[in-house]
Amino acid sequence: MITVSHYLTLSSLLFILSIAGIFLNRKNVILLLMCIELMLLAVNFNFITLSRFLGDTAGQVFVFFILTVAAAESAIGLAILVVLFRSRKNIEVESLDSMKG
Amino acid sequence: MDFQRFVFYVFATILVFAAARVITVRNPVHAAMHLVLAFFTCAGLWLLLEAEFLAITLVLVYVGAVMVLFLFVVMMLDVNVSQTRAGFTRYAPLGIGLVILIVGMLGYVVWARTQEMNFLQAPPRAAADFSNTEVLGSQLYTVYMYPFELAAVILLVAIVAAISLTMRRRPGLKVQNVARQVAVRREDRVRIVSMEADKES
Repeated sequence: MITVSHYLTLSSLLFILSIAGIFLNRKNVILLLMCIELMLLAVNFNFITLSRFLGDTAGQVFVFFILTVAAAESAIGLAILVVLFRSRKNIEVESLDSMKG
Repeated sequence: MDFQRFVFYVFATILVFAAARVITVRNPVHAAMHLVLAFFTCAGLWLLLEAEFLAITLVLVYVGAVMVLFLFVVMMLDVNVSQTRAGFTRYAPLGIGLVILIVGMLGYVVWARTQEMNFLQAPPRAAADFSNTEVLGSQLYTVYMYPFELAAVILLVAIVAAISLTMRRRPGLKVQNVARQVAVRREDRVRIVSMEADKES
């Protein structure tokens, strides 16, 4: 029998891996965005698990909204990244130290 | 070991493997591909949790749209991989320390505290003609109507923002001025000349 703690452990593993990824790949903005997507996936996993085990659909509705906002976020983030690359020719986090465009 | 458990462990192993590859692989394209694998296995696990609509949505929206966008940007930007990997381990001690801290905290909360949550038994499997989509839709269009509209507005804002950020006017590009084309009058274009008719004799 798969219990609720199996699922919660799996999603927390996913979350920890994505935090480790942010530290490992802190120079590359694209990989940082991917790690954020992975984090959101872990959070969604938690929502769906508890929605199933508590028998409440509200968790799934919330996941629906998180997916919407995450899609919008990655679209705008990648657009900013493209503009950034056009003006700087690289996307390292460390080169983003001035406010001037 | 029953079949459900087998499916759970297989998918969980692939998911953790794919997530680990996303954060350690050198090439961003490979990282994106492993993220796609992670999304697929996660959709499988969501099916096991009877969230069918969201599992399909995850595959369609994330694998079909967001990850394609990621791959598109990764390939368009042509990033110098070796340069961005320099100093890979500089903040590794801080990262490892933080990760151990979070592992400890989450391990305590999730593993130690949820053991007593195991009285939460999953409700029995729904009947074959039960529609998860129908339940979700009836919730979305009644109780969550206002947030649903807001989500639509957020998507619209995202479209407008992404287009207005990336659109640029290149110098020397020849474009039509539509306003002037529409506002043109007959007098600007046609000149009526009155001239004597030539007559062949």
